[in-house]
Amino acid sequence: MLPYFARRLAQAAVIVAFVAAISFALIHLAPGDPFSAVMDNPNVSESVRQTLRAQYGLDKPLPEQFARYVGSLARGDLGWSFSHDRPVLDVLATALPNTLLLMGVALVGSFSLGILVALIQVARRGSATDHALSGVTLLLFSMPEFWFAILALLAFTYWLPIFPVGGAVDAVMHDYMGLGARIGDRLRHLTLPALTLTVLAAGGVARYQRAALLEVLPADYIRTARLKGLTEREILRRHALRNALLPTISLIGLSFPALLTGAFFIEKIFAWPGMGLAVVSAISSRDYPLVVGGVIIGSIMVTLGSLIADVLYAWADPRIRAH
Amino acid sequence: MPGQIQESALTRIPRPRESAFALGLRRILRAPSSRVALAILATIVLIGLLAPFISPYDPAAQPDVVALKSLAPSLAHPFGTDPYSRDVLSRVIYGARLSLAIGLLSTLVSLTLGVAYGAIAGYAGGVADAFMMRVLDAFLAIPRLLLLLGILVAWPQLSIGALILFLGLTGWFGLSRIVRGQVLALKHAEFVTAAQALGASRRRILVRHLLPNLISPIVVAATVGVAHVIVLEAGLSYLGIGVPQPLASWGNIIQDGADQVAALWWMSLFPGLFMVLTVMTLNILGEALRDAHDRR
Repeated sequence: MLPYFARRLAQAAVIVAFVAAISFALIHLAPGDPFSAVMDNPNVSESVRQTLRAQYGLDKPLPEQFARYVGSLARGDLGWSFSHDRPVLDVLATALPNTLLLMGVALVGSFSLGILVALIQVARRGSATDHALSGVTLLLFSMPEFWFAILALLAFTYWLPIFPVGGAVDAVMHDYMGLGARIGDRLRHLTLPALTLTVLAAGGVARYQRAALLEVLPADYIRTARLKGLTEREILRRHALRNALLPTISLIGLSFPALLTGAFFIEKIFAWPGMGLAVVSAISSRDYPLVVGGVIIGSIMVTLGSLIADVLYAWADPRIRAH
Repeated sequence: MPGQIQESALTRIPRPRESAFALGLRRILRAPSSRVALAILATIVLIGLLAPFISPYDPAAQPDVVALKSLAPSLAHPFGTDPYSRDVLSRVIYGARLSLAIGLLSTLVSLTLGVAYGAIAGYAGGVADAFMMRVLDAFLAIPRLLLLLGILVAWPQLSIGALILFLGLTGWFGLSRIVRGQVLALKHAEFVTAAQALGASRRRILVRHLLPNLISPIVVAATVGVAHVIVLEAGLSYLGIGVPQPLASWGNIIQDGADQVAALWWMSLFPGLFMVLTVMTLNILGEALRDAHDRR
């Protein structure tokens, strides 16, 4: 197990190094300066521009710039956010817990919901219920995240106002609440964004899990179980699901990019103060360092996610470790 | 016996030869769901193609920004009007044209890149393959939307052509891994060895013998790829860095009503419905294509 983990960790490190190179290329392929929002401002004098360039090392040859860039990345320095007037890492670090909370709830929720739906479908395979649920999961799978989130916002905050419109807490009253009320306030604000992301992601999980279940059903051990006289329910739960869950573990890793992308849109639409909202807001203010910082942190999250999923898989299925 | 030989040769061919395409199409259309999907998709494509003839108004015309702005759906404007008094139905119709064109063209770009990169890596093997795959791992680790954000924020006010190019440039990583795997698997197949023995060049083997075997996964990837690009383009336009205004794409229309979602609900609802229908039918067809391929 340990050698496998070490090998996989080294692979992840290589990926992150390449991501750093890609982000450096992104910055330098862009026309003008990486912080043209400041540079294009006519009120900034030429001498100030020169000073800024020198400060950021933009007057140095490219290889030296790359070395400096990698060095500062390694120290956790992602540059300066102009719109927040704070270090990028600082901005993202304060927002990250909110994004992780949203994604974490949606990850657990969508896998539970998706597996449950798949079990219901396979237990009644070929029935009208199965077909109807297949239609719903395909619809969710095809749904543009931002449009679904807009509909959820319209439906449950305007037409049927049961949830607060946005934010992580009540902007005015939260500070005056007792501890219990504060927790309640947070939960009330979390529910709709988290539910939206959960339902969106569950579609893909259900489709994947249904296919995996149908794949193991013709296996000999299922027939054996049936011949032993086990009920269909028991066969599904104890024999089919346990084996069909293996590929689902690797789906956890694969679902990270979509989950993160979904979180970006949902944070914007529900004004959820996470990394996505910070990065998306940085677009209109052309705060380039913050956007690139978001790209790097997002990619690291995805890499870590697939690393964790792979290690979990190897733990659950010893055959993988040998490879 | 010449007569006998002829007869047995005849019986060996059960049916006139059908092209792989026709055969695939027939297999796919067996399922009612794919027939419905194909009909819906064809309708949307037709709407896009015939946009100038069927759209009731000019999608860019702003007849009266005071009296005709932000009107709720009515008989004169079935999908309502936007804050600039433009007719939303006409914009959705023109949006179909733009969104589908962007989806198709950028998928063409990513298909070309993905097939070339994957085929070269798989055929070359060794260190080159290993390096190329690590680069691919890194690109796959960056969520496509984030990568596009990083690119598009640096180039504000991009032209539509450049947007298509960047959407294509960020969409080939998954396909190229599939192609590489297939090439790797087929590299030592007997027909390749035979071609080598006959003195075919590496290039000829790759283009004439290996690529034709990859058509199925490529077609599946293309179908699903168009769906992905349509969603991505809409998302980017919604964030204000996709299709340049005032062009009508489905994402742009939603963006135009985004700061008054509750008041202008028709501006999010209708373009979104078209988008979901398109993406869903493409996904159904993609899945049908995959199944048809697997059964072979």
